[in-house]
Amino acid sequence: MDARFAQLKTEGHSAFVTFVMSGDPDPETSLAIVKALPQAGADIIEIGMPFTDPMADGPSIQAAGLRALKAGMTLKKTLQLVRSFRESDAATPVVLMGYYNPIYIYGVDKFLDDAKSAGVDGLIIVDLPPEEDSELCLPALKAGLNFIRLATPTTDDKRLPAVLANTSGFVYYVSITGITGAAAADSSAVGAAVARIKRHTALPVCVGFGIRTPETARAIAAHADGAVVGTALVDALRASLDSEGRATSKTVSAVADLAAALARGVRGAQQAAE
Amino acid sequence: MTTARPNSYRSGPDERGHFGIFGGRFVAETLMPLILDLEKAYADAKADPAFHAEMNSYRTHYVGRPSPLYFAERLTQHLGGAKIYFKRDELNHTGSHKVNNVLGQIMLARRMGKQRIIAETGAGQHGVATATLCARFGLDCVVYMGAVDVERQQPNVLRMEMLGAKVVPVQSGAKTLKDAMNEALRDWVTNVHDTFYCIGTVAGPHPYPMMVRDFQSVIGDETRVQMQEAEGRLPDSLVACIGGGSNAMGLFHPFLDDPSVEIFGVEAAGHGLTQLHAASIAGGRPGVLHGNRTYLLMDEDGQIAEAHSISAGLDYPGIGPEHSWLFEAKRVNYLSATDDEALAAFQLLSRLEGIIPALEPAHAIAKVMELAPKKPKDHLMVVNLCGRGDKDVPQVGEILRKRAKAS
Repeated sequence: MDARFAQLKTEGHSAFVTFVMSGDPDPETSLAIVKALPQAGADIIEIGMPFTDPMADGPSIQAAGLRALKAGMTLKKTLQLVRSFRESDAATPVVLMGYYNPIYIYGVDKFLDDAKSAGVDGLIIVDLPPEEDSELCLPALKAGLNFIRLATPTTDDKRLPAVLANTSGFVYYVSITGITGAAAADSSAVGAAVARIKRHTALPVCVGFGIRTPETARAIAAHADGAVVGTALVDALRASLDSEGRATSKTVSAVADLAAALARGVRGAQQAAE
Repeated sequence: MTTARPNSYRSGPDERGHFGIFGGRFVAETLMPLILDLEKAYADAKADPAFHAEMNSYRTHYVGRPSPLYFAERLTQHLGGAKIYFKRDELNHTGSHKVNNVLGQIMLARRMGKQRIIAETGAGQHGVATATLCARFGLDCVVYMGAVDVERQQPNVLRMEMLGAKVVPVQSGAKTLKDAMNEALRDWVTNVHDTFYCIGTVAGPHPYPMMVRDFQSVIGDETRVQMQEAEGRLPDSLVACIGGGSNAMGLFHPFLDDPSVEIFGVEAAGHGLTQLHAASIAGGRPGVLHGNRTYLLMDEDGQIAEAHSISAGLDYPGIGPEHSWLFEAKRVNYLSATDDEALAAFQLLSRLEGIIPALEPAHAIAKVMELAPKKPKDHLMVVNLCGRGDKDVPQVGEILRKRAKAS
């Protein structure tokens, strides 16, 4: 992860971070999508771990998780997906994102061992704030995995040090108070928030929630070390499915084409700044 | 080897909101600053005599407390064992114990300057109580309710709307209480700046399980005094139904350190424990959902299962974390009653005592029907009649008509 951000710095552009749901709409198609993302310009890949009750997600990502679960996805299969991806790509950082219960039930130590050996680089667990660091964050850091924390508009200067204390890899700034897929924040407010976080940390700051188009991606990337896009990719995937919710010949390219357009947006940002 | 008994069963949670391994604060970062504010605001209110004086005044003049402790003479004769008393929390304004908690939380919301209140509801009793107090204090009220529950608890939906609340039918998942809670949490994350989440049970992130328990403990505190007046001593056993477990915790908590008092919580066994049910302790294991670690119904991958109960108020795949702790500490016995047992108790109580109970406490009555005959006649048993059954009359009438036709 650190190497990837160093490399991006040399190349002079921000990171394009993609989110897709593991197993959506089925395990095979999902693997093909993940494999296509680096080619399309993804610098870091977040892979969602499906959960029945994603309390911080909007309707699109809720539905993606349910499609994956219906297709038989489990945490074990998500780790297999990462392992398969790593056979052809050793460089692109992979971050697993989701909720704590499936990991708790899998067993924290076993999960960390298996995630590490599968080639996972970091974790984002939505329902584990710093107050619960002993559950997974500290064991994950010890196991050599990044624990990437969310900072939000409600995380004030007094609280930021606690949020950043055990954060590694990058800081994920949630640009709005809300769920995934909601409206975008304006880029100047994001710029101020990123600057505020950077006063407290040397870590890269990536911004997500509400980025749907290459134009927004460009505007956000101009103010941050990375732009995260999830719901828009998940929506493109859903639009490509047949009436039964199954993958079609267009599914992989629908996601990859949008990712490529967004990647051009992110890369355009730095040129605009120069 | 025996596990060490705690000095007190009433000292939890610790400062991080834990009852043993249960409880905690498993929420998104957006909510965390607000939850810390809430914890502080509650601690201040708890220490403020003016807060208690105001609450007691509303309890007396608006809610109608204390609720009576009533000797159920005909049920006692019918069962032929323990002397059965009902704690009549169904006589509260709004028709259930839910108002005890809502009153406390709305007073707290006002102290915190919040104008917009959201709530989740299953049977609609918590929703009605929240809508009622929001009307009383001129606050905006949005209630999330599973679409299935909106259908089977129509009378309460109409009441909430009459009181000026907006009822949002939730279409995700099983469209019941769990999904309503997910949606309420999503609203809260989005509107965190002006919104107070009024949780209806002893679950959710710390400080909710503790705070709701404290507001509901008026049930047990009154019962102690009233039983002393009626019989000159403590009761021998307590029985209450459990979904999230707030009415049960309210009755139980003041008695936890009285070892002579046997305590029974009754979960909803739905179609039976080997089929679809809502008995988290009987059929679940510890996991993390909705802000706390507790017993949950789930599959081997940690995906939350869909609960089933005839009673919308018990139709939830989890239970308050303090109950999980009391179960593992073996202080409270957790039993379960099926849909059919609850229906039979619902009918029996209506005919014998002239009290139509809600389907939720009908589960408790169902177990009283098993427990009481085995106890001596001087055994004093208190069951919490936590809600009245008006809301269930259309649903139960329909089920009984269908069964009469089929037979």
